[in-house]
Amino acid sequence: MAVTIRIPTPLQRVTQGKEVVEGTPGTVINLVNELDKAYPGLAERISENGKIRRFVNIYVNEEDIRFLDAENTGVKDGDEVSIVPAIAGG
Amino acid sequence: MDFNEEQLLRYSRHIILPEVGGKGQSRIQKARVFMVGAGGLGSPVGYYLSAAGIGTLGIVDNDRVEISNLQRQIAHSMNTLGKYKGDSAKATFEALNPDVRVIPIKERLSKDNILDLIHDYDIVVDGSDNFPTRYLVNDACVLTGKPLVSGAILRFEGQVTTIVPGKGHCYRCLFEEPPPPGLVPSCQEAGVLGALPGVIGGLQALEVLKLVLGKGEPLAGKLLIFDALKTTFRTVRVPRNPNCPVCGSNPTITELQDYSQDVCSL
Repeated sequence: MAVTIRIPTPLQRVTQGKEVVEGTPGTVINLVNELDKAYPGLAERISENGKIRRFVNIYVNEEDIRFLDAENTGVKDGDEVSIVPAIAGG
Repeated sequence: MDFNEEQLLRYSRHIILPEVGGKGQSRIQKARVFMVGAGGLGSPVGYYLSAAGIGTLGIVDNDRVEISNLQRQIAHSMNTLGKYKGDSAKATFEALNPDVRVIPIKERLSKDNILDLIHDYDIVVDGSDNFPTRYLVNDACVLTGKPLVSGAILRFEGQVTTIVPGKGHCYRCLFEEPPPPGLVPSCQEAGVLGALPGVIGGLQALEVLKLVLGKGEPLAGKLLIFDALKTTFRTVRVPRNPNCPVCGSNPTITELQDYSQDVCSL
């Protein structure tokens, strides 16, 4: 088992159309950097200098990491991580 | 409020619901809803609220109907190409239900006019197409204590949340600041599937009716995320941010500000 990461539609261009990818347990920021190796450009789009951008939220199993340990929030096998950027279309 | 015979028939499927009844229908008829945008989301929101018999529907939009809108903006038609969207929507909604008073407002929302414009309304619905407007609408609703039903769409994804001032999060608790221009594409740049705003706008209309009726649980403290390709809904928790710049304990935003971003570059 691994960590499941849900990729929002605006970022699926970077993940070759994949909406779900897998990562290894650790912290959220390590996960983001690990994903960037497989999908170059992903980290830059959602983070800056090791911090998640302020118009992007990351949820570990429905909980916003800003209210947990932020970038250092731990993720373990079986967890589901969602990347949710603000969208503004109407 | 008394109903005439036609209204009793028109609203009979509402009135028969114990959660609505004649009393609830009267509340709907007295409700005043302010819609931001008469586009993809505003079309179904306004359509369903009109059908439900909402008393007054203010619609702010200063765009005109273009043919590229008609793939999703169902309040408009070939007959209203080139007309102001507010006027076009008014004709559509009043054709469906002449009980509804539709007030088109052909202005661009700004920090200078928004407080006056929303003053006489009970609930605000955001279906705008850009970040500066979304933050402005949020801040105005927080500062004036008006409930806000916010919906957004892009490509195959939709988001809905309901902000009830004093009872949970606001849009800035969710996303503290708008993204810099260019980082998040617009529908014009990235596309949007035509039926998607029907789902999200329909949910926004439901949220409004629940708020008006005082029934059920609105999406306060929650964000609903719809994935049209998978047909899945997910809900994540949105706690109130105690450090929120507008609704937190020590707010730094105490008056309205306009973001100067060019809408077209978002």
